[in-house]
Amino acid sequence: MGAQKKRAAAAAAAARVSEDPDDLARQPLQAILLADSFTTKFRPITLERPKVLLPLVNVPMINYTLAWLEAAGVAEVFVFCCAHSKQVIDYLENSEWFSQPNFTVKTIESHNIISAGDALRLIYEQNVALVDIACLLKLVSLSRLKLATCYTLTICFLVVLSFKIHGDFVLISGDTVSNMSLTQALQEHKERKKKDNNAVMTMIIKKSKPSPITRQSRLGTDELFMAIDPNTKQLLYYEDKADHSKGTICLDKMLLAENPSISLHNDKQDCYIDICSPEVLSLFTDNFDYQHLRRHFVKGLLLDDIMGYKIFTHEIHSSYAARIDNYRSYDIVSKDIIQRWTYPYVPDVKFCGNRATKLERRGICFTAFNSEIEQSRSAQVGSFTVIGYGTKIGSNSKISDSVIGEGCTIGSNVLIEGSYIWDNVIIEDGCELRHVIVCDGVIMKAGAVLKPGVVLSFKVVIGERFVVPAYSKVSLLQQPTVHDSDEELEYADNSSGTVEFSSIQGTADQSNGEMTSESSEAHKPKLGTGGVGYIWSICEGGQEEEWRHSVAPIPEDKLTELSEAMDDDQELVTQDRTALSTSGELISDSNASEGDDNEDSKDDSVYFEKEVEATFLRAVEENVKVDHVILEVNSLRLSYNMTSADCAGAVFYSMMKLAIKTPHSSAIGLLTLYPSPFSMVASNAYPIYLSGELQQNTANIITTWQKLLKSYLLEIDEEIEIILKFEEMCLESAKEFSPLFARILHILYDKDILQEDAILRWADEKEGADESDKVFVRQSEKFIQWLREASEEED
Amino acid sequence: MDFQVVVLAGGTSKKLVPLVSKEVPKALLPVANRPVLSYVLEQLELSNIKDLIVVVEGADAALCVGGWISAAYVDRLHVEVATVPEDVGTAGALRAIAHHLTAKDVLVVSGDLVSDVPPGAVTAAHRRHDAVVTAMICSVPVSGLSEAGSSGAKDKTKKPGRYNIIGMDPTKQFLLHIATGAELEKDTRIRKSILRAVGQMDIRADLMDAHMYAFNRSVLQEVLDQKDKFQSLKQDVLPYLVRSQLKSEILINGAPQGQQAKENGNDKVSYRILANASTPSFHELYALGPNGSAPVRRTHKCCVYIASNSKYCVRLNSIQAFMDINRDVIGEANHLSGYNFSAQNNIIHPSAELGSKTTVGPHCMLGEGSQMGDKCSVKRSVIGRHCRIGSNVKVVNSVVMNHVTIGDGCSIQGSVICSNAQLQERVALKDCQVGLGYVVSAGCEYKGESLARKEK
Repeated sequence: MGAQKKRAAAAAAAARVSEDPDDLARQPLQAILLADSFTTKFRPITLERPKVLLPLVNVPMINYTLAWLEAAGVAEVFVFCCAHSKQVIDYLENSEWFSQPNFTVKTIESHNIISAGDALRLIYEQNVALVDIACLLKLVSLSRLKLATCYTLTICFLVVLSFKIHGDFVLISGDTVSNMSLTQALQEHKERKKKDNNAVMTMIIKKSKPSPITRQSRLGTDELFMAIDPNTKQLLYYEDKADHSKGTICLDKMLLAENPSISLHNDKQDCYIDICSPEVLSLFTDNFDYQHLRRHFVKGLLLDDIMGYKIFTHEIHSSYAARIDNYRSYDIVSKDIIQRWTYPYVPDVKFCGNRATKLERRGICFTAFNSEIEQSRSAQVGSFTVIGYGTKIGSNSKISDSVIGEGCTIGSNVLIEGSYIWDNVIIEDGCELRHVIVCDGVIMKAGAVLKPGVVLSFKVVIGERFVVPAYSKVSLLQQPTVHDSDEELEYADNSSGTVEFSSIQGTADQSNGEMTSESSEAHKPKLGTGGVGYIWSICEGGQEEEWRHSVAPIPEDKLTELSEAMDDDQELVTQDRTALSTSGELISDSNASEGDDNEDSKDDSVYFEKEVEATFLRAVEENVKVDHVILEVNSLRLSYNMTSADCAGAVFYSMMKLAIKTPHSSAIGLLTLYPSPFSMVASNAYPIYLSGELQQNTANIITTWQKLLKSYLLEIDEEIEIILKFEEMCLESAKEFSPLFARILHILYDKDILQEDAILRWADEKEGADESDKVFVRQSEKFIQWLREASEEED
Repeated sequence: MDFQVVVLAGGTSKKLVPLVSKEVPKALLPVANRPVLSYVLEQLELSNIKDLIVVVEGADAALCVGGWISAAYVDRLHVEVATVPEDVGTAGALRAIAHHLTAKDVLVVSGDLVSDVPPGAVTAAHRRHDAVVTAMICSVPVSGLSEAGSSGAKDKTKKPGRYNIIGMDPTKQFLLHIATGAELEKDTRIRKSILRAVGQMDIRADLMDAHMYAFNRSVLQEVLDQKDKFQSLKQDVLPYLVRSQLKSEILINGAPQGQQAKENGNDKVSYRILANASTPSFHELYALGPNGSAPVRRTHKCCVYIASNSKYCVRLNSIQAFMDINRDVIGEANHLSGYNFSAQNNIIHPSAELGSKTTVGPHCMLGEGSQMGDKCSVKRSVIGRHCRIGSNVKVVNSVVMNHVTIGDGCSIQGSVICSNAQLQERVALKDCQVGLGYVVSAGCEYKGESLARKEK
């Protein structure tokens, strides 16, 4: 294995470099290229071929990324391969990339990696291990313990660990097309890093306003909300995967206290090109739950204020950068390439791995042709179209805004519009293709029609005159039965997908004929006569969402529908606001929009109350010790940021609720148990014996749990809170108590839960209240009077 | 100019007790020996606005203000003084005088604004975009003493207070978000819908609403009519208009639809001419239907005019602000005072008498007919008219109003002494306020207190 030896030598060299701190400035730039997007958006195609090898204007995507990295001055690229790693490595080994001067490409292979986070962790671990081995080597040589075994062991390790990150690196995925210059961004990053060691990452962003109607960018990605400090360009807030139900962005108050000026952006696009410091790798290791680069890592850093790591942004203006995240971005980026936004990575310029094509100017539009095309005279090839080598086009066929690969055969009277047809595709006469992707080796029998948004995976055969419905995906492979609706599962499923695939692929060649016959038998009606393949049922998000990421343009009616929905949305928001504002004003002359926040805190307290109630009920059921309940309620209190008065109120509330719920025993006449001379005769229609029972229940519960309640009654205010809470309950949620108000008040007094001061102060407070508010004061009048007299007597 | 101007002079603000009283309403508090209201009136006069309505809360206060205005501006301005009940709030005040308002637009200015920003600039910005409201925004004033004070004061100077959180579009012409009062203490919530429409929003915590607004009159009246709970322009009306700008509820159910539409049509043309802009604002883009068809949504525009940093713009709405403004008007912003400063950078009225070895430092003012004894020292302070100050008195960073008697050997630092107050011998005051006619007995020392006669 000559290559491996070479790697070992390179690693040793790298180790030497890293030990020399003076050399830091001149270190060659490195890049980590993730040759896997860890998503399933390109299925079913990605079941058979890795995403980075999918042709983009007839060139595998990874070539764009590598060519850009080379041009941007990166000296060493580590290509991290997971799914279909063998295909990627084979491709790279046969490509020119391994033989470039001043540009080394190394591959890292791992199969049990299911996310970008895992990949970076692996790189970090091997980095560290390498240093360890270097130390070990030194130690060995120092102690002159030349143990042969030890050496072989170390060398074995070195063979595996043939790479090392020793400075800032570019983190990019293999599906990125760009022509930006890294110099400035890199310079900024280095300067920031010098001043502030916590500036670990620079994100490249580009202006691109998402459509307010569909709420997604032109690349089909979700709209992105970012807050950036306009002076330092520090990223302060990042929200992709926007939660549409939430109509507001919530900026932490500390954020504004620290930065008097913040720019909030909805018009930027994340290019997924990051310049990272080596710390980023260790951060991934420290936080083993970071999976997704953006959703976990970026958000994690932004939220974590302990370590104080900072992320900065660099905006590019005139250059191009985009990542192919879904079918829509595939479509858009392809068009951008044809329209030469990505110059020099365009069809007519030779860069690594493609053959330059001849450009013909037709009017103001371009059409790229290759010399060896057999084109019938009557065929019309429209603007913005690229046609690969050895493709034959029959008479009267019309092709526009499309990319057609190499060695395709297109019959006559074929209509191709806005479609991507890869290599060796056979399209028979009279087919119609609009806004579709057709993979290698597909055969379309005469008269077949592909509706917009269709994706035909490798070697599918569409039967004669068969119409493939819009947005359907057709593959020779059956749809994996495990459906992942959950975000987390996406990764897991992905890995299983690859495993499953590899097993299929192993047998695919041998059993190809067998498989096709089998599938064609089973699914003949599905794809017309002679058709081969499965139409995948649309899952994940359902059909409604399919149009968002498809190659086809968004249909008109969808847009209208959405913009109407948007109106309703807005209406709801405003209605909400105005409704709230009135309530907000009643409290004071405070502003209207505060109502919104009030609502929030109200929500919080409602949740808190519910949680406490649940805790309490569980405690009663399971006979939990009072001390433990106190602990639990305390932790709830901390997490909801409540006062002890709130706790007291909530605990009391749950106790009273329990009293109501407790099945009434048959005991009657318990009234005498708490003979209260002060209570008025219950004027309510509620049966008196029931009240007695209820009172008994209440008394029991209060006796059992008085310790819990008391632990929150630190001051008189909390006691008053309890009375107020009780009053509120009697009026609203638990009217059963209303005739018993005075008696229960008395019980509470007897149990030393309420001091007389609290009761008297409550009565005083109510003095000035409305008549309707004073019902309960009236009811307990005698009791209060008695209390007053008693206290006077004491004096 | 089809603008009506309303000056909200307020009444006797509770925040400013004991400086204000029935005899001296807020509008008449002296800033460099001139009532604070005169600064607004003169700014308006400079913009050639001569017809105005001054709204005063409370009958007593109105009488005082009216009396002063008629005396001071008898030939210069045509001022109508309107009285509204106390505590109606700024929105309530406008509601009360609504029948006086007839012009297309109304400029509402707070009477306690000390500024050299021309009101004309605000009205121009308002007209340019045909906005429903244009608010003037200025930088947050740096409060506290610039010199060494107590350590607490130092911390304050380091961190300027926050009055508003303001969101604007990148061109800084439109107001997209405003948070005031208690909202500042909470996390800021920005509506996504408006962010989607505009793309980028600059949020600033270092700006504040200067309380000078240009309103579209019909909109203002409509809002005041419909939302009868709204009390304050700053806290209710403005946030409401800002909030609803993409889903306008006004204009639709106000004036007759047809007329409104016609008006709008005309406005559109005039807007295009005035704005001289080929690109429509985000409001118009947002209003358009899906394919750029006729507008389907109603929007209205809320604009801002940002006073440049070189301009002075502070509201006299707290005792600290009162001190700051007095200090600035005779100090850094002395062009506002309208006086000619001497070579020593101070103003000593010719009729003032100084004893021997008495020094009056720069950035000081000594009013007409005031007398000072020997060996006194005055630094960065304003002393009003006809004060009698004994010997060996030190006055630093303070404001002394009219007819104040200060005994020998007093030391006054960072304090306000209201008119007719009397300080007997050897009184030492630091960071105090002495109310109208209060007598501080000899030898007393106070620190950080508010001294005033008990209200009968």
